Amino acid sequence: MLELYGQQIPSRLLLGTALYPSPAIMAEAIKASGADIVTVSLRRETSGGKTGGKFWSLIQSLGVRVLPNTAGCHSVKEAVTTAKMAREVFATIWIKLEVIGNHDTLQPDVFGLVEAARILAADGFEVFPYTTDDLVVAGRLLDAGCKVLMPWCAPIGSARGPQNLDALRSLRGHFPDVPLIVDAGIGRPSHAATVMELGYDAVLLNTAVAKASDPVAMACAFGKAVEAGRQAFRAGPLEPRDMAVPSTPVIGMAAFS
Amino acid sequence: MKLTINGEQCEVTAATLAALLTELDYEGGWLATALNGEVVPARQRDGCALADGDRIEILAPMKGG
Repeated sequence: MLELYGQQIPSRLLLGTALYPSPAIMAEAIKASGADIVTVSLRRETSGGKTGGKFWSLIQSLGVRVLPNTAGCHSVKEAVTTAKMAREVFATIWIKLEVIGNHDTLQPDVFGLVEAARILAADGFEVFPYTTDDLVVAGRLLDAGCKVLMPWCAPIGSARGPQNLDALRSLRGHFPDVPLIVDAGIGRPSHAATVMELGYDAVLLNTAVAKASDPVAMACAFGKAVEAGRQAFRAGPLEPRDMAVPSTPVIGMAAFS
Repeated sequence: MKLTINGEQCEVTAATLAALLTELDYEGGWLATALNGEVVPARQRDGCALADGDRIEILAPMKGG
């Protein structure tokens, strides 16, 4: 079973809670996906705490674990402060650490990310860093105290799917014992299955489900794809070959001429 | 006293962070607060004195990816 910071997690699909047509559809999609972990955030509350309270009650009613994020933070200070506030509100030491480095691509500021990860890990947080697929950065994050890594496979919300399979393979190969979760860029269930077949431990996605025509059905499809990809990885997929290889026996062919 | 609360200028009478939340009609155990960029845990809000010009952030759970 998937183990993240000592916790046994039945599902290998982690789901975001944003962008759904309605809270009810979000709740149904989470249930249909089978996800045990959902991501949440903290934002300014303008209506006396009532909006946030309603959302939080709904999430709590679903019986899932929450992984708060530091989405939108562009500096180490912002990310660390947001993480500390999230720890208090959500009563968890888990944090999905995002330090954004570019407004257009939403790619991580990996330098700030490593610094923030070090500060938070030293403060007792269990950090889930949203990072690139860069091998050296991954190593630095582990040095900083992260025990899980969450590389992107394409920009957030782009739905492009894995853009650099070689880099993802390299990460998997270099860190066989570190839980690796592909976070961001997944657009379709086949993308999720592809990275799971490479041996990734889980995928985290949001937009691909929330913005589908039928989010609940898509959540279900992603749940199956993640499971299929995992099972395929464990079953040992065939490697591609340069030449054709007949599958039907050639011995015993009839001769007609 | 003039404060900046969640980025907006406000005139309030509350002398502490706890009193400010009451004055602004905030309720619930799911709020997070910060004063001038530093986190103020819920248990410290009673003793957290406010001064003119302070910047307050009041955050609550929100959907996220």
